[in-house]
Amino acid sequence: MGPRLKLFIPLILFAVLALFLFRGLELDPKELPSALIDRPLPSFELPALGGDRMLRREDVIGEVALFNVWATWCVSCRVEHPYLHMLAEQGVPIIGLNYKDDDTDALRWLEELGNPYRVNIVDAQGTLGLDLGVYGAPETYLVDAGGVIRYRHVGVVDERVWQDILQPLYRELKTGRVN
Amino acid sequence: MIPEVGHYALIVALCLAAILAVLPAWGAWRRDVVSMGLAPGLAVGTLVFVGISFACLATAFLQDDFSVKLVANNSNSLLPAVYKFSAVWGNHEGSLLLWALILAMWTSAVALLSRQLPLLVLSRVLAVMGAIAVGFLSFSLFTSNPFERLLPGVPADGSDLNPLLQDPGLIIHPPLLYMGYVGFSVAFAFAIAALLGGRLDASWARWSRPWTNVAWAFLSLGIMLGSWWAYYELGWGGWWFWDPVENASFMPWLAGIALIHSLAVTEKRGLFKSWTVLLAIFTFSLSLLGTFLVRSGVLTSVHAFATDPARGLFILLFLALVVGGSLTLYALRAPAVSSRVSFAWVSRESLLLFNNVVFLVATLTVLFGTLFPLIMDALGQGKYSVGPPYFNAVFVPLMALLATFMGLGPVSRWKSDSVSRWRGELALPAVVAVACGLTLPLLGVEYNLWVALAALLSAWLVLGLARDLWYRVRGATTLGRGLRRLSPSYWGMLLAHLGFAACIIGIVATSQYSVERDLKMQPGDSQVLAGYRFDFLELAQVRGPNFVADEARFRVSRDGDVVTHLAPQKRRYLASGSVMTEAAIDPGLFRDLYVAMGEPVGAEGAWAIRLHYKPMVRWMWLGAIFMGLGGFATTLDRRYRRQRRSAREGLQGALHGA
Repeated sequence: MGPRLKLFIPLILFAVLALFLFRGLELDPKELPSALIDRPLPSFELPALGGDRMLRREDVIGEVALFNVWATWCVSCRVEHPYLHMLAEQGVPIIGLNYKDDDTDALRWLEELGNPYRVNIVDAQGTLGLDLGVYGAPETYLVDAGGVIRYRHVGVVDERVWQDILQPLYRELKTGRVN
Repeated sequence: MIPEVGHYALIVALCLAAILAVLPAWGAWRRDVVSMGLAPGLAVGTLVFVGISFACLATAFLQDDFSVKLVANNSNSLLPAVYKFSAVWGNHEGSLLLWALILAMWTSAVALLSRQLPLLVLSRVLAVMGAIAVGFLSFSLFTSNPFERLLPGVPADGSDLNPLLQDPGLIIHPPLLYMGYVGFSVAFAFAIAALLGGRLDASWARWSRPWTNVAWAFLSLGIMLGSWWAYYELGWGGWWFWDPVENASFMPWLAGIALIHSLAVTEKRGLFKSWTVLLAIFTFSLSLLGTFLVRSGVLTSVHAFATDPARGLFILLFLALVVGGSLTLYALRAPAVSSRVSFAWVSRESLLLFNNVVFLVATLTVLFGTLFPLIMDALGQGKYSVGPPYFNAVFVPLMALLATFMGLGPVSRWKSDSVSRWRGELALPAVVAVACGLTLPLLGVEYNLWVALAALLSAWLVLGLARDLWYRVRGATTLGRGLRRLSPSYWGMLLAHLGFAACIIGIVATSQYSVERDLKMQPGDSQVLAGYRFDFLELAQVRGPNFVADEARFRVSRDGDVVTHLAPQKRRYLASGSVMTEAAIDPGLFRDLYVAMGEPVGAEGAWAIRLHYKPMVRWMWLGAIFMGLGGFATTLDRRYRRQRRSAREGLQGALHGA
């Protein structure tokens, strides 16, 4: 390669990067792959946090619930945690998916910050996360009584998200107006 | 009325920046002295109008003008005035205006402080900065207008600033960070001007150096403040998360270190010219990339601003134009032949080359980790997130390797040195460093190999610097005179390297020796942690300007002597309903005591309480402050002043400079 041509290497590398960034603009990391919306929750068999019990898909569905993906390494989860408590106190069932985490850390977190979850699925390898297309924690899925995923929210669930998006959907699903 | 004035001022600023981008560049091409001479005036004019625009927006915030959408969304009448002001940049639109303001400041600073530069170079530099300003000002005006009104239907009150941002650290964190980011545009502009002029020589490096050092120093302080803020505001004692937005500021910082050292070689020895230019482009490109990542929504992060695909596309186009354009220019104009100046493998040059390689690898590692989820997603390989384990696994060995060679740096000689001389110089420091590594951890809670390694490396750095300092002051009649004889840039190097050593110690000691305990406590309970006794005295309800809080009051004592009182809070902000943890910290040079409130447990007033003992955590931030001060110190160097004076005398020859 001639010495002048070598100087083009940075430009070429940047062009490749720019292509990825351009593609990245169309892909919204916060969007559920459309294939999964209105599809049943993937089946799984994973341990419950803080017990020897194995959990299956059938064990966690049955009513309209939030599936919250969290981990102790996730900063935003800490921000989100108090709000989940408030929702749990209002009677919203929340199933936790402890994602790629350490069991001891996770149990200590719940002991310290309180436990808003009905039950926690341990997804240490991220297999269920992979099926769900989890991008990172926190993420929250709204699953209806039949175990069908109705909505996915990436990021912290706060007052605004709950009031504007999740609660209306949650109410509709509860009263059975959808489908 | 005021917001409209701000809007018009922004439009005028855009027009001035557009003229600045075109006219002096045209003048430089046609050797037209009149149009080149307009550049400084246009630069200052842009600053004045962006300044007016910014002042108008700040006024709207301070006056609670909720007819402005931005104010309604990000402020509240109960908010303390200082946070109303900082709320200006607590959102996408306002922070972009701040970015433009700071860019205009840097441009004007170059215009006013660089009268010594040949007019040809100055006009090219200012034109490049003007072009960047056009990008940011039009980004602001066309996609993110901060002055948009909510008419009719003005809300009675605003929805408040995110409580996480209501903090003294966050008032100055973004401006410092932007000073750093944007400051690298100066080095970038100098590099582009040099490529345009076709002359990459030592003088180009000498002009860029002080600007680059100052920008880097600001960025160091900005990152430090961000980390400090996370430490006390997020309420669990963490200080770095490898979050995409943190990485966005960390990448230009790392690349900036490589650039600073590479510029030194180019100035002193005329080597690495093309490489240094490439680094200057790379560093500023990373600043722009950071902006893209934070504001386009391609990556998720705690810090990310509200996003909008149109904005993402705009920045991406801008990025492609700036980076693609400059890299094309680089490919066409950079000297392809390697310099004839040579250096031996054992020399200061090769140590600095090693520094460059380490920091480039570090930067690319962070870049890769940050973009990995995006790349996998784009390739249809599913969605991923990259966590701290990856970054730590790469970073720890890299930095250990770096510190080993860094100790050699100051005592090494340019051009050619010998291993036997190094051995002679550094045998004593090496022995003492090993002794420190073996003994210092004994002072800690328990013997720990990581701490031993950190003590060894830091002692090695400090002793190497001490050895070099000793040689420099040895010849003087008195110590004071010897110290005074040292140049500010030497002091800068000394401070920055000492800061790095302090950082290593702080990071490793606090990661290894921290003790934390999560407990259920109620008033009357006590707990002993690392020799400190924490007494939970009482629980109180307090009211702040825009929040109500539960406050847990603690007395901390050691061996019966009261050390301090700590009062962590759990705040509930009225406008947004969000709940925030306000940790209480007793800071110290050798240890921090940290108390944070979790959640209430049970009905008897018990709370989940988190107690931390964090040894030497301040060393990390002190180290970063030292690095920042070091960066500032270098600019006091007499040779920059001399350069200015001699240039003023030789003003006649100004045009022949390039």
